[in-house]
Amino acid sequence: MSQKFSPPDKPLTERIRPEHAPFDIAEYERAGGYQALRKALRTMAPDEVVGQVKDAGLRGRGGAGFPTGVKWGMVPHGPGAPKQKYLIANGDEMEPGTFKDRLLLEGDPHQFIEGMTIAAYAIGASTGYLFLRGEYFLAAERVQQAIDQARRRGFLGRNIQGSGFDFELHLHTSAGRYICGEETALINALEGRRAIPRAKPPFPTIAGLFGKPTVVNNVETLCNVPHIIQFGVDWYKGLSKTRNGGTKLYGVSGKVVHPGAWELPLGTSAREIIDEHAGGMRAGLKLRGFLPGGASTDFLVPEHLDLPMDYDAIAAAGSRLGTGTLIVLDDQTCVIGMLRNLEHFFAQESCGWCTPCRDGIPWAEKILIELEAGRGRPGDLDLLLQQTRLLGPGRTFCAHAPGAMEPLQSALKHFRADFEAGIQTPLTELPA
Amino acid sequence: MLSREEQAEIETELQHYEQPQAATIEALKIVQRHRGWVSDEAVIDLAEVLHSSTAAIDSVATFYNLIYRQPVGRHVIHLCDSVSCWIMGQDRVRRLLQQRLGIHMGQTSADQRFTLLPTVCLGTCDHAPAMLIGRDTHRDLESLDPQRLDKLLEQYP
Repeated sequence: MSQKFSPPDKPLTERIRPEHAPFDIAEYERAGGYQALRKALRTMAPDEVVGQVKDAGLRGRGGAGFPTGVKWGMVPHGPGAPKQKYLIANGDEMEPGTFKDRLLLEGDPHQFIEGMTIAAYAIGASTGYLFLRGEYFLAAERVQQAIDQARRRGFLGRNIQGSGFDFELHLHTSAGRYICGEETALINALEGRRAIPRAKPPFPTIAGLFGKPTVVNNVETLCNVPHIIQFGVDWYKGLSKTRNGGTKLYGVSGKVVHPGAWELPLGTSAREIIDEHAGGMRAGLKLRGFLPGGASTDFLVPEHLDLPMDYDAIAAAGSRLGTGTLIVLDDQTCVIGMLRNLEHFFAQESCGWCTPCRDGIPWAEKILIELEAGRGRPGDLDLLLQQTRLLGPGRTFCAHAPGAMEPLQSALKHFRADFEAGIQTPLTELPA
Repeated sequence: MLSREEQAEIETELQHYEQPQAATIEALKIVQRHRGWVSDEAVIDLAEVLHSSTAAIDSVATFYNLIYRQPVGRHVIHLCDSVSCWIMGQDRVRRLLQQRLGIHMGQTSADQRFTLLPTVCLGTCDHAPAMLIGRDTHRDLESLDPQRLDKLLEQYP
């Protein structure tokens, strides 16, 4: 009989010991690991796994927040479905300010593998890839070791635990390009093509990698799955302070006392995250604003600090939960400089496929460089505002440019005086 | 010509995919690990092994930060220039590095020891500013001074 384990409050990070090697497979199993996979394979049909993840209200943790169970349900299944399907874990964590998937992969690689294998069973995928960003050398080493261990112990490969289910998992390390995080660009990258996004439809769940039905899930999303299966929907929903289930890895960077990442109930307020967990602002500094979920999310300001950091509340405030890792703007950091830095990033990382994105973001960056140097011209603010509309949702091939415009459009709203201060006074208006 | 080791390593990677072209990044990385960079000749050779075209291979090779299509120094320094590191003072770190190495971003030191390149967010924003030297991430560089930098660089002969 299997040992009973009591449900944890912080399921994703309970086995992670900072600055220590992760659990190997024996330690992981002793701590209750791979019981969820055994349970799913022995007692649940794939549809039941999908249903349970749907009922748990798990939403994607990579930025877009799509309901995970719904995505799984879109994959063709049953006797007429294609035999070859793929599952891809998106570990191309390149959103500036984001450092959560690294923690999960370096800290507990078996949890990720278990989540991946259960997800593969649910959608009927026989092959999976971890698409990992190339700079995560330590994560790559630890995940590969864990894959090898799991294969030897019969948790990966043919006929897993005697269930008749086969699943191979391969590690693919990328070579450094932000657009690969966009799921259709990621699929092109994995096929060895230049990583430009694909037109949708068809959606990857119908025709993805090598034209086969494919699910792409974020690493943190997949790490939630074993716990939902092991401890159930009610427990999972109870972890959260809001109607979407679970915990969230929140992070803070910028000039706070203790930058870091913490697993907290979904819907914890930004004020609690910044003040209690990150130790508040550094001495002498005040918080002016924050990007709630990475570089491509709209600025929020102090009046938003008490909102629950969940999908709906942050969207209602005009931003996005994104990756849930906050970037804090203090009152002594130049807003225009920060935006110039952000737009430089988005301009450089544009894949160049569509014109508005390729030409529009560098244009915005150029204006910001001038404003930062105090050489802005009258009309520059209108021009920037126009850019935020021309590069907004629906006007470009993918979500890259709209993401780039989110911090800019919100800064124009909240910090307009800072922009105006960068405009050079015309000679004719100078006092005689 | 690809070496026997390079060919064997690429063969292993080919088994992970339905189509040979899918192993392009892996193959580029294998060549780079053996030679330090990816030359035009290597691109031509890879196109053959991967049943692809030189244009297709090069369109991938030129797309990524971590594939070098020019010779680089023995150690490549990738300094993060994204937002969290910028807030925490990566400009200062960049100036220190440029002064110490006597090169600008994108250049290689005269002794071929270091190449200095910018990179996007390294995902270690709670320890900003950060940089990558070879495969090692160096973090918490806010208080970096010339002495500490010298000690750090000594590990990379």
